[in-house]
Amino acid sequence: MALIHDLAVQFAQMLVVLLLAPGLVGLVRKCKARLTRHRGASIIQPYRDLLRLIRKEVVLAENASWLFRVTPYLIFATTWVAAALVPTFATGLLFSWSADLIAIIALLASARFFLALAGMDVGTSFGGIGSSREVMIASLAEPAMLMIVFTLALIAGSTQLSTIAGVMNSPLVGVRVSLGLALFALIIVAIAENARIPVDNPATHLELTMVHEAMVLEYSGRHLALIELAAALKLLLYISLIACIFAPWGIAGSEAGFAALLIGAGAYVVKLVVGGGLLAVFETAIAKMRVFRVPQFIGAALMLGLLGTLLRFVSGSF
Amino acid sequence: MTLVVILACVAALLVVSVLGVATARSSADTPIVYGLSLAACAVALVAALAQLLSGATAPTVVLPLGLPWLGAHFRIDALAAFFLVVVDLGGAAASLYALGYGTHETEPQRVLPFYPAFLAAMNLVVLADDAFTFLLSWEFMSLTSWAMVMAHHRDADNRRAGFIYLVMASFGTFTLMLAFGLLAGPTGGYAFEVMRADHHAPLIAALVLTLALLGAGSKAGLVPLHVWLPLAHPAAPSHVSALMSGVMTKVAVYGFIRIVLDLLGTPSWWASMTVLALAGITTVMGVLYALMQHDLKRLLAYHTVENIGIVFIGVGLAIGFQANAMPLAAALALTAALFHVFNHSLFKSLLFFGAGSVLTATGERDMEHLGGLIHRMPYAAFAFLVGCVAISALPPLNGFVSEWLTFQAILLSPAVPQWGLKILVPGVGALLALSAALAAACFVKAYGVTFLGRPRTPVAERAKETDRFSLAAMFGLATLCLLAGILPGFVIDALAPVSQALLGSRMPVQASDPWLSIVPIAASRSSYDGLLVFVFIGLASLLAATAIHRFASRALRRSGAWDCGTPDPSPLTQYTAASFAQPIRRVYGTLAFHARERVDMPRPGDARPAVLHVSLRDLVWDWCYAPIEGSVAATAGYLNQFQFLTIRKYLSLVFALLVILLLVLAIWL
Repeated sequence: MALIHDLAVQFAQMLVVLLLAPGLVGLVRKCKARLTRHRGASIIQPYRDLLRLIRKEVVLAENASWLFRVTPYLIFATTWVAAALVPTFATGLLFSWSADLIAIIALLASARFFLALAGMDVGTSFGGIGSSREVMIASLAEPAMLMIVFTLALIAGSTQLSTIAGVMNSPLVGVRVSLGLALFALIIVAIAENARIPVDNPATHLELTMVHEAMVLEYSGRHLALIELAAALKLLLYISLIACIFAPWGIAGSEAGFAALLIGAGAYVVKLVVGGGLLAVFETAIAKMRVFRVPQFIGAALMLGLLGTLLRFVSGSF
Repeated sequence: MTLVVILACVAALLVVSVLGVATARSSADTPIVYGLSLAACAVALVAALAQLLSGATAPTVVLPLGLPWLGAHFRIDALAAFFLVVVDLGGAAASLYALGYGTHETEPQRVLPFYPAFLAAMNLVVLADDAFTFLLSWEFMSLTSWAMVMAHHRDADNRRAGFIYLVMASFGTFTLMLAFGLLAGPTGGYAFEVMRADHHAPLIAALVLTLALLGAGSKAGLVPLHVWLPLAHPAAPSHVSALMSGVMTKVAVYGFIRIVLDLLGTPSWWASMTVLALAGITTVMGVLYALMQHDLKRLLAYHTVENIGIVFIGVGLAIGFQANAMPLAAALALTAALFHVFNHSLFKSLLFFGAGSVLTATGERDMEHLGGLIHRMPYAAFAFLVGCVAISALPPLNGFVSEWLTFQAILLSPAVPQWGLKILVPGVGALLALSAALAAACFVKAYGVTFLGRPRTPVAERAKETDRFSLAAMFGLATLCLLAGILPGFVIDALAPVSQALLGSRMPVQASDPWLSIVPIAASRSSYDGLLVFVFIGLASLLAATAIHRFASRALRRSGAWDCGTPDPSPLTQYTAASFAQPIRRVYGTLAFHARERVDMPRPGDARPAVLHVSLRDLVWDWCYAPIEGSVAATAGYLNQFQFLTIRKYLSLVFALLVILLLVLAIWL
């Protein structure tokens, strides 16, 4: 019985992240449009876009290799698996033990590795510029993220995300300096990883500052749809991650009943809306950075993460 | 029995080596030598594996060779058995590869006699159970590999590489000799069991540790002793490069573990600090150097430096935990290090084989002249991709598992009491995390520029798929990378006897965990299941592909590249290796290499092209080696004038020396 319950929660989670992800992107776009006094497209526009794209034919560059065609599926699969392992509305996920937080970060790194390779596959200068900048940004964002994981793991005594969420939800953890540093660093990393302003601009094409969009320039049709969906899943993943660590209120426990799961789901949607809204406000309020100022921005996250870890190493009370 | 079998294999390899000399001029020589080497390595591999897995008591043998009062002691304990597996697996793979690759060798007589001898020497180092045999085999290993580095000695770069290798190898053996001398003490107990039983004073232990770090570290490639490695490894033929990078550096790691964790007794905590600090710097500097290279083989060689750093981080943590009586944590750290040793021997050999295939197909090592090889060498490209993913520590392959275990060991270290370690370990953790991300960047560059994109030169356009033997070796190693990644529990269990023997503790049994997951300490703390992750990724991508192809669209049309509407037909407009690394060079290079960029912009109206000058300095060379080189040259230059004196001056010199000696004697007595 417990197994069926856990299995049901796990499958529900996989579906929920997949179905909500485009909506979250639509919400952020809508909020940004409203904040700049545009009317903006409907929140469900990303769903329509995805449906349109998967029905269209793929136009493939002549010298694109098999790697270029396989990559969208791989990226989508790794991102989906990663997103399905982050607790959203309930912590009792059946497969949460199969990958801890370090492995989830590494799964996202795998997706990025293949995307960067795909950017170089056709042999255009835009693809190369995107890949080269992406790996530069990742070379700082990934260690920063690992330092954040270290801080959290040292507080919770575990790298298992369900355990971390459980510890954070308990009264054992009050306001801590290292947690504050980790939150600040995690927000910076989330912005950088999701190619948002000020690191990258998801709305532009043909700009010398673009990173993610330059890599996927050669993609079309169903391949592009999968990559867009994976990007949306990644955004959802990071907001879920921040929510389940720093705002674990309402999240259903491992043996929760139906009512608790419903409350968890409601709380999760509220968290997503708040997270998406805050992201839109932040993006509207700030300007895009020059590419070579980005390292300082993400470097700050790395230093904050390191400081948080160091504090935890030095004393258990920070 | 196992020991006798392996010694017989070593003897067979030495005989093959003599055979290689005897038949060097005949055309049938190449397949005979490599085929016999393959057979000998395979037999030794099976024997070593049986010894490791059976957990039988360590067999010993004393042969009446070497020093008359000592004899040659040989022994296979768990540590030796594990490293024999690494050596012979690498040897077997390289021999299989060379069955195809070796036929392209222009002067096989310069490689064939030394190749089996090199394999035998590496086996002997691991088998040795007394200092004399160890040092003799160690020097034999250095010299045979040096001979193969010099195989293409008409190239001036290779001669320089050979010279620097010889100097560094002699230095390494010299320090190891001193270390063993100190361990043997005034009684001269050169057998390892005598050293193990002895109690060593703290000062002696400190000196031995420093000397072992210098000796084994120079062979393994710890910064700043790594300078010979990126020169010598690429200079050798590719299967030898694979052995030097993938296996010989591991023999050096073996030497270090043998001396520090076995012969020296319980280590002290500051030893851990020294090792960790050096290892952390090695990790990041290695990968940064690698990122700046555009020679494929040299990039791989520099990347070995990084991986050696990761191994030494694990070893350093194990020393620190063992000194603080934290046996479980020490076992975890040591297992992580040994797991990475195994992994690195797999994927580094695989990558060097790939580089060798590219070299035979195009004659080029410079990535800037390659590109688009995935279309012309599809199988080799696939195997190389597996190696790239594995070495970049990405799940579900094996590189990730060992790094994950290292991270788990780091997370246990707040419990150590010493403040020095408490502050150093998070820094090392940050360096390790940084190097993991940079490694991924490095291999996106290596793979993207070499195998993807459009061919940059006609030779890259005409490349042909490599031969079947080479492909068999590469695919065998790629399969092992995948298996070790999705079934890591079995590898960890196989490593348990090693930590049990060295540290007196082992990691929990992994094979009985549900779903073949690995749980280093406790399930509530951390767990990882490579098999499930692999299955999930496979299922999810299959599901997506089937659903979309079935219900949406499967239409596909080929057309020109889009490139924002302005594609340029010239392949020179692609990103090159240098341009790919430019952002990273600007972020890290200013500090690490004093990288400077200067644009030489022509004046308006001048038709000459603008030129971007980039200067990089190798700070390790400039600060550590250039002064030594300079002072040796200056001293030699000064002493040189004594060659051209008149007979009167020589006689007066001799007379003055005699007077001085007499004076010394008079004062002394």
